[in-house]
Amino acid sequence: MKKKISPMTRKSFVTYGLLVLAFIAVEILLNTGNISSMMKGLLVPICVYSILAVSLNLTVGILGELSLGQAGFMCIGAYSSAIFSNMVKETITEPMIRFPLAILVGGIFAAIFGLLIGIPVLRLRGDYLAIVTLAFGEIIKNVFAALYIGYDSAGLHISLKSQGDLKLAADGKMVINGALGISGTPNDSTFEIAAVILLITVIIAYNFVNSRTGRAVMSIRDNRIAAESVGLNITKYKLITFGLTAFLAGIAGVLYSHNFYSLQASKFDYNMSILVLVFVVLGGIGSIRGSIIAASVLTLLPELLRSVNKYRMLMYAIVLIVMMICTSNATIRGFFVRNAQKFISLFKKNKAQPEAVKEGE
Amino acid sequence: MKIAKKLMALSLAAVMAGSCLTACGDSSKADGKGGDEKTLVIGGSGPLTGGAAQYGTAVKNAAQLAVDEINEAGGVDGVKFKLVFEDDEADKGDKAVNAYNALKDKGMQVMLGTVTTGSCLAVIDKTKQDNVFQLTPSASAQDVIKNDNAFQVCFTDPNQGKASADYIAQNNIAKKIAVIYDNSDAYSSGIYNTFKSEASEKGLDIVAEQSFTSDSKTDFSAQITAAKNANAELLFLPIYYQEASLILAQAKSAGYSPKFFGCDGLDGLLDVENFDKSLAEGVMLLTPFAADAADDATQKFVKAYKEKYNNETPNQFAADAYDGVKVIAKLVEKEKIKGNMSTSEICDKLKNAITDGFSYDGLTGQGMTWGKDGAVSKDPKAVVIKDGAYSALDK
Repeated sequence: MKKKISPMTRKSFVTYGLLVLAFIAVEILLNTGNISSMMKGLLVPICVYSILAVSLNLTVGILGELSLGQAGFMCIGAYSSAIFSNMVKETITEPMIRFPLAILVGGIFAAIFGLLIGIPVLRLRGDYLAIVTLAFGEIIKNVFAALYIGYDSAGLHISLKSQGDLKLAADGKMVINGALGISGTPNDSTFEIAAVILLITVIIAYNFVNSRTGRAVMSIRDNRIAAESVGLNITKYKLITFGLTAFLAGIAGVLYSHNFYSLQASKFDYNMSILVLVFVVLGGIGSIRGSIIAASVLTLLPELLRSVNKYRMLMYAIVLIVMMICTSNATIRGFFVRNAQKFISLFKKNKAQPEAVKEGE
Repeated sequence: MKIAKKLMALSLAAVMAGSCLTACGDSSKADGKGGDEKTLVIGGSGPLTGGAAQYGTAVKNAAQLAVDEINEAGGVDGVKFKLVFEDDEADKGDKAVNAYNALKDKGMQVMLGTVTTGSCLAVIDKTKQDNVFQLTPSASAQDVIKNDNAFQVCFTDPNQGKASADYIAQNNIAKKIAVIYDNSDAYSSGIYNTFKSEASEKGLDIVAEQSFTSDSKTDFSAQITAAKNANAELLFLPIYYQEASLILAQAKSAGYSPKFFGCDGLDGLLDVENFDKSLAEGVMLLTPFAADAADDATQKFVKAYKEKYNNETPNQFAADAYDGVKVIAKLVEKEKIKGNMSTSEICDKLKNAITDGFSYDGLTGQGMTWGKDGAVSKDPKAVVIKDGAYSALDK
């Protein structure tokens, strides 16, 4: 080859290729019927969690700030799009038109909130930012859990107290029913759409990292003062990253809410945010491919462990700890690498290792 | 590092592929065609891990007890029951659906579940799509039974709220009422909503409405003070017993002693560890089941349950589940259902049978009947806690 392909480009295309391969493999399994109901049910959630992990990786890995509000953005995307779909499901019956609109609505709402929250919050750093974003996620969750919205011929009724306080007319319909949430959302999410959105997310992420903006963001991460001294507008770049993270998380929320019939705000608690952060940390902070692998494995794992019944959560925790140790402890990692090299050298003759690509940290 | 990762990915991929294949082995049953003529698979779903695990475990144990009893008696017309139970962690979304899908893979033909309302809401459209007969022992929201294939053993939340208000008004227990409820919980706010509207119709005066959320359920001093300052004679607690035990203790230390009235969520109050039972004296609650009731059926059930499960006292969830399995058994007998019928065929037969003049005397009520809407009709039993035990509150 004459023209040299940059390592970054090669890396991103390997990821795209792997995603497409995985997609084709799953499609073959689906079409030949060789897949259990459980696996089928897991396909969309895996895509959703992967999107969440990739988008959080932009804030945690590229911007280098700890955010624990991912579930909050997901919640905004999920609720706004579910409200939208429920309002228009009688007028727009074609899901191929309705769903893209819902995705836009969810993403844009989450991005707006991301920016609004980002303006005051991004002045904080480190632990303080983590605490504030955590609080933000909880506020969003509790507001939606206490919100009652209904509409009738007189228009929209909103209450934060109870269903009775809405005083709906007889023809009225509940849109959000407090803690019971939203039900009746059309199930527009399919694996195909989710997979395409995941691919787009990954393309966006790689191109963002590889762009002028991405390099500016990384320079802020590495040395804020140096970045400021060369004239970079820190607030602007931080807001762009935070907004993009929120936008993608919102879209994941849309996919999530349209995959299930009912949506309850209590699902989006801090456990969800922590879970996504675990995906990012386990997959390797800054590694987009790692995020997807970690999200898929950790979503599948508790379901595959169903056979060990009540020890399931125990096993899950042990696996998590072992994986953490294996990827962070230098001695153990060295042990694995040595053995892996021995293992690979057995196949060296017929398999050349393309090791030119350096793992980015 | 890269190689280590690759190796790990490879081995994990192998594990996944392997488990995929093993799952495929079962998929012949997952298509709802039915299996062995002599076995009917009942699928249960509820939390076996996490904060709500005791509910799921109670349901699982009691359902297993009922299934064993049926099988020991030779099954229903020779058809033996098999219970498969999956953990849904009381999740409100994907995990509840995962548990349901896992049950489908295990060949579930009739569903007994789910235990909690949130999970149930997440799976009801799936059971509707697959046309699986669903009888939930304890998911009590109104929305749970909106599809025609879903039925409840327990009371619907709105009914409980209405029955509570009616009971308080009819028996002149109090006029000025304060409510403390969990507004992040579907069960609690469901009861509260109908209680409020029914109370105003019956001329009861709600002087204080105080709420808390699942994130702040340890300190209730603000709510108690508000109720006290409003001079409420009765504190209505449409919540679960863990929080209620704290409220009782904190009300006492605040020097406030109104009457307390609760719903079936308060069942279990006397079994809270380190709880001073004297605090619960005089607490009234509507519950369909009391473990120390004197009737034969209850005593027999409690004895069998204690023998089988380490001397644990069954709670209302267990009783609901036991009734649920027995109801399914009666319906199976009535419709002469065999294990080799398709899930959808079983569902159609069962749902017609249950609404068509079917009546059942169980642990949680006499003469239970079901309407087309899926709700059960049975009389709520009011009990008062006296000398550390339930006693019937008759009037």
